[in-house]
Amino acid sequence: MNMSNPFKFFSLSMVWLWMFIFALLPFCLIVISSFMKHDHLQIFQASVTIDSYKQLNNAVYFHIFEKSFILAGISTLLCLLLGYPFAYVIARMHGPWKNFLLLLVIIPFWTSSLIRSYALIAMIKTKGILNAVLLGLGILHEPMQLLFTNTAVVIGLVYNLLPFMVLPIMTNIERLDTRLVDAARDLGANRFTTFKRVIIPLTAPGIIAGSILVFLPSMTIFYIPDILGGAKSILLGNLIQNQFLVAQNWPMGAAVSVVLSLVLVLLIGFYLWATRGSKNRELLT
Amino acid sequence: MVDILLISLHNLHPSYGMLLVYGQVNAGDHALDKNVIELQGVYKSLPDHDILHDINLEVREGEFLTLLGPSGCGKTTLLRLISGFDEPTKGRIFIDNKDVSGLPPHKRHVHTVFQSYALFPHMTVYENVAFGLRCQKVALAEMEARIADVIKMVKLEKYLQRKPSQLSGGQQQRVAIARAAVNRPRVLLLDEPLSSLDYRLRQTMQIELKQLQRKLGITFIFVTHDQEEALSMSDRIVVMQEGCIEQVGTPRQVYEDPQNLNVAKFVGEANIFEGEITHLNGNNQVIVSILGKARPAKSRHHLVSGEKVHVLVRPEDVRVWAPAEIEDAKDMFAGSVEEVIYKGTTVDLMVRLENNKLIAATEFFDEDDDRLEYKMGEKVWVNWTPGWEVILPHEHE
Amino acid sequence: MMRAAKLPTISYLSFIYLFFYTPIFILIAYSFNNTQYSLLWHGFTWQWYSELFNDADLWIAAWHSLVLGLAAATLATTIGMLAAVCLYRYRFLGRHFLNGLVFILILSPEIVTGASLLLLFAMVKLPLGFISLLLSHVSFCIPFVIVTAYSRLISFDKNIFEAAKDLGASDALIFWRIILPLLWPALFAGWLLSFTLSLDDVIISYFVTGPEFEILPLRIFSMVRSGVKPEINALCSVLFAVTFCLVLLSQLVLRKKA
Repeated sequence: MNMSNPFKFFSLSMVWLWMFIFALLPFCLIVISSFMKHDHLQIFQASVTIDSYKQLNNAVYFHIFEKSFILAGISTLLCLLLGYPFAYVIARMHGPWKNFLLLLVIIPFWTSSLIRSYALIAMIKTKGILNAVLLGLGILHEPMQLLFTNTAVVIGLVYNLLPFMVLPIMTNIERLDTRLVDAARDLGANRFTTFKRVIIPLTAPGIIAGSILVFLPSMTIFYIPDILGGAKSILLGNLIQNQFLVAQNWPMGAAVSVVLSLVLVLLIGFYLWATRGSKNRELLT
Repeated sequence: MVDILLISLHNLHPSYGMLLVYGQVNAGDHALDKNVIELQGVYKSLPDHDILHDINLEVREGEFLTLLGPSGCGKTTLLRLISGFDEPTKGRIFIDNKDVSGLPPHKRHVHTVFQSYALFPHMTVYENVAFGLRCQKVALAEMEARIADVIKMVKLEKYLQRKPSQLSGGQQQRVAIARAAVNRPRVLLLDEPLSSLDYRLRQTMQIELKQLQRKLGITFIFVTHDQEEALSMSDRIVVMQEGCIEQVGTPRQVYEDPQNLNVAKFVGEANIFEGEITHLNGNNQVIVSILGKARPAKSRHHLVSGEKVHVLVRPEDVRVWAPAEIEDAKDMFAGSVEEVIYKGTTVDLMVRLENNKLIAATEFFDEDDDRLEYKMGEKVWVNWTPGWEVILPHEHE
Repeated sequence: MMRAAKLPTISYLSFIYLFFYTPIFILIAYSFNNTQYSLLWHGFTWQWYSELFNDADLWIAAWHSLVLGLAAATLATTIGMLAAVCLYRYRFLGRHFLNGLVFILILSPEIVTGASLLLLFAMVKLPLGFISLLLSHVSFCIPFVIVTAYSRLISFDKNIFEAAKDLGASDALIFWRIILPLLWPALFAGWLLSFTLSLDDVIISYFVTGPEFEILPLRIFSMVRSGVKPEINALCSVLFAVTFCLVLLSQLVLRKKA
């Protein structure tokens, strides 16, 4: 690349430099430090070991992983069940209503997720609105203890992450060729069969994309379990935060981060496999 | 030099002189042997096949040259090699006798009009046309004069302040041409500019483009896959297939005297008979045996007795006769009508001959003539005027 | 036009929208409630807003966040725009890798990004504060700008760049005269997106923040952890209103130029 094109040269140099220093290098540091020894005096020492990974193998950490996966899984499933029909309806709309309704979805998306999680507290705490309404309607006879439970965490995760499920699915359904649906109906399939055998497989890429965008953050947004689940609610995000900033055990924190990244790689790999040969991807176009 | 020639010829016979003058005027007031572009031994290759194979071509100053061929024949690639967006793998390209290898597009004094017009959507017509001049830092006064000139030529004076989205397809195309032409290129390259227009507009634009080319006096190299378009607009046509040049000639030459089967089949329709030369009568006259009948014919090629040939007859040259009209059918081929297609100005007949060969005949509709009222399955006689066919040496398909 | 939507559809949509917005409306309502702990309505008051107004620390934190957001958004948009243009126009070594990297950065859990940046700053012994925050915010915003700008770029007719080159324009000229004018709505959207991402970021900032430069989200976080307070309600309502206006603004601007 000679100087015949100075614009190209300077732009590319600047971009690569930034990406290298602030994207590639930090991640390499995480991987490297996960293999280091932890010492309370120095943050880490330069000797290679897989101590951190070995420590991960014990019951406590295993339990945290398990709980994170389960809660994240439940949240993803709920987001899917709630969000898919919603995305479907909006995607198939036409006219001015559609833009307006879309706007209403995007606004929460732009608002701070911390604020929205905080707003939930007022709703679900023991002396909160939800209990008041349910008690008033006679559905409950005594208030539910929702706050500081796993259920509260799930509610918080679904509440915050639902737009991330809705948007990729909606994009995908908008691109769905309705003629395929018509063809299926024309050939005799009823609504249920059409849905099961035509629509779901065709929208699978959107579903997978949305699931990735919900599943990973569910495990790692530490402030949601923190304020809704209380001190005893520790998911992977809290673990990493704790190791780095409280316990000062950076190698351990790094090791958990590496495991998390492997999960990400697996999910992306799955997504790429599922969308192989597809021209329109929602992610990784 | 030419004047002396004219005078001496005129002395020989007045009409010779006239012919020469007429010939000159037809080719344009340009030096006939000046080549503005020359391609020598040009190849464009990919690892597994050649996109362009041994291209040798001369483009004459001031002519309207068309590159004609089906999709994938390499005509757009050839255009890109000339314009400088691609480099040939082998061979050389000369523009004004200068080797332009490695020279970037804007240094070659040729400009391209793209199929999609590629007008800058955020600029007005004026700014679009001015763009090239601004890049060359032309003085303001001269720039305005040149723009005014070229805008007048494309008849868009009232649209100068409009944006491309406010123009029709035909108008956008004229802006694209103006934008390229205002820079006074040696050659204007047009890549299928009419293919996105509807039929009527295309017909109008064909005439306009031809007139514009004459007015501008610039050499045009025009790419199309539409042979009718090529025939109606060009001074010369380059027929291409699969990366090779099949024939270069005037529309008339290419249509009436195709050099091989590819050209014959691509430019216009053709009925192709297998035949064998039985006699050579000298002076290009031969007797050729087709389907058992001996027919006189003419051929430019050097042929020997017994040689296998293809005989090409264009559908409009085929004459179809009802049995009642013919007394002596020994020179005619027997057949039955399989399909009658009414096309408004013509009636196309598909006739199945005795040896199961299907041929196409096009007859011009003449209401007085009830010869054209053929029914399906009707038995007919088919022949053509000797000399109107084309004989080609036999090729393996 | 919309055909008469069926009742189940309408009620389902309404349910979802209620689900989204009820907590927020309640929050706003309670910010005006004249009581500290009780659930019941005790009358309208501006008290909490005036307490908010008088909280100097909060103003400082807000100012810091604003400055950080403006700087980060502008830097991220600049670099992201150049990256998108390079990815769109040029073939270069590592192009596909860069493309993939952009998406991986978007999908990456913020906590890993935050931790990795902390390691980086520790390694070069950069003191944590405004600079570390700025560098981190720019880094996580760039991929979003790239994606926004790139998806607009691919809607252009690629031929206009060849036409411009054909007419003699240099790449720099093409960038200033052709790409920028056509791209600016996407750049504006990208800038706004980066700005809000920076304003709202908790996780990454948590890792790379320093004691001298307090920012708003982290202050809110520590306030929230100590329990529900009406002052927080007022603060959140204000922030919600600000975001709402920003979103409207962006949609209006983009709609005009679409």
